Amino acid sequence: MSSSQDASARESDMVFERSETFAPLSARRLLLLGGIGLILIGMIFGDIFAVFVLHQNAARVGASLSSAAHAALARDGAAVVKNFQDVGGFLENRGTKVDTHVHMIAFGYLALMLALLAPWMALSANTKKRLAWLFLCGAGLLPVCVFLIHYVGLAYSPLQAIGWASIFADLGGLLVIVAVVGYLSGLVKHFLSGERAAVQDDLLTDSSVPGQLLLAGGVFLLLLGFLHGSYYAAVDLYRHEALDYSILSRISSGAAAQDPAAVACGLAEYGQLQGDKAVKIAAHAHIIEFGLLSMLLAFFQPYVSLRETWKRRWALVLLLGSVLLPVCVLLELKFGFIAGGLADIGGLLVIVALLAMWIGVLRYTGQLDAGGAT
Amino acid sequence: MSGARRLLLAGGIALAVWGMVYGLWYAVFAEHQALEEIGSSLAAGFGGAAARNSALAERALQQYQQAKYVYDRQVDVHGHWIGLAMVLIVLGIGLDRLAFSERIKTLLSIGALLGSVLFPLGVLLQTLNHGNGPRALAVLGSALVVLALAAFALGFARKPSNSKESRRN
Repeated sequence: MSSSQDASARESDMVFERSETFAPLSARRLLLLGGIGLILIGMIFGDIFAVFVLHQNAARVGASLSSAAHAALARDGAAVVKNFQDVGGFLENRGTKVDTHVHMIAFGYLALMLALLAPWMALSANTKKRLAWLFLCGAGLLPVCVFLIHYVGLAYSPLQAIGWASIFADLGGLLVIVAVVGYLSGLVKHFLSGERAAVQDDLLTDSSVPGQLLLAGGVFLLLLGFLHGSYYAAVDLYRHEALDYSILSRISSGAAAQDPAAVACGLAEYGQLQGDKAVKIAAHAHIIEFGLLSMLLAFFQPYVSLRETWKRRWALVLLLGSVLLPVCVLLELKFGFIAGGLADIGGLLVIVALLAMWIGVLRYTGQLDAGGAT
Repeated sequence: MSGARRLLLAGGIALAVWGMVYGLWYAVFAEHQALEEIGSSLAAGFGGAAARNSALAERALQQYQQAKYVYDRQVDVHGHWIGLAMVLIVLGIGLDRLAFSERIKTLLSIGALLGSVLFPLGVLLQTLNHGNGPRALAVLGSALVVLALAAFALGFARKPSNSKESRRN
């Protein structure tokens, strides 16, 4: 056989292999499209939350804490308790929204990881497909129900402390656990089998420039995130913890000594401290998450049916947004709205690049199903 | 499958399961109690100020500080173990694209896995012992992770690997 015939035979083997592992409604296709979809929705939700809820909620928490301090100043113990209950309510509202954002994105990452590991799972195609549906149902149900916890409360609940939204959120979590355990059993079965067949997966051998950009860039983002985290732990963590206690102590003793100026000064410092903590932790978490996302997307570049130059551009846009958002979040305390706006643009760049890649995968599935993918 | 890849995949999955089991234990047996203690001690601190009882306020705020110190670390440990496990699994999947010899890949994988276990463990031990030992363990673990990641970034950036080994399981 000539070398060109050999190359064309290899190419056609690869296409057959790809179309087999990425068949319509196959586990890998469901998990990849569903996973990117979950990440996209989670990010858009996070942006909406950041713009319309986060700061307003933080202001309410600050106002309640201030009211509690002034109630202590006025020797009103009942009002102190009432204001702390309000703080609890605001934090619950904020917590459920953060959890919705975080879980949706984390489940998206898990879906992409499972899609990558699919060829190593010693399960039938049907079982993998059913587990993928189960996973996606649970991954959708949990965050939606967590979001509803604050609004549904205990209405019509048969239990005293847990509402229907929590019950359904737990059910979603259970579905995800069952699916992941099912996939893990397939992996264990594969690795324990003495006569396992060699797994062929062209996704792992792809050496395109966009793939390499995303992989190396992703690890670099992770590295930056870890270096920033180490710096935070060494320089800020213990200082913040000491300040948290000393400021609260000053507010409390100022209230006891009926010194409104000391209380007001302490409250202002406490607000600044919480802001400083929040931006540093958010920058650390976001740069690492974007790094992991970039690495995961690197493997799926062969499925992104766009021109090579556009694939490169979208990879660069994703990396640019992944750096811009955390850096601008860090600068938010110093430069205010300008840095905040740039951070939002960074988030938008990541969302747009991710959407472009998702559309590229959809195009690929269309070509594959029509029998024209190469 | 190469030893390095097996180490990263199996180690990553084991660490993720361990992190989830720890999180489950924490959510069921410790988290609510911790949050309750943080909230009630903070309210008691301000209640003490309202009653002009400085000693009570001070005691309650110290209790708040201690509870918060433990809570923050326990939550961080859960998040970091699972997060690092995901990084190990992804690095394991992409190991064939790393432009290093098999020996260096194995050394890097051992470093990354060891660091991913030790760093959160050191943080967790700080809740039991405020001395320098747990801190040193956390610093050592994070240094291992940072060094391994720097080497991985360099290896992935150097050249795309097309090794036939990568097609084999």
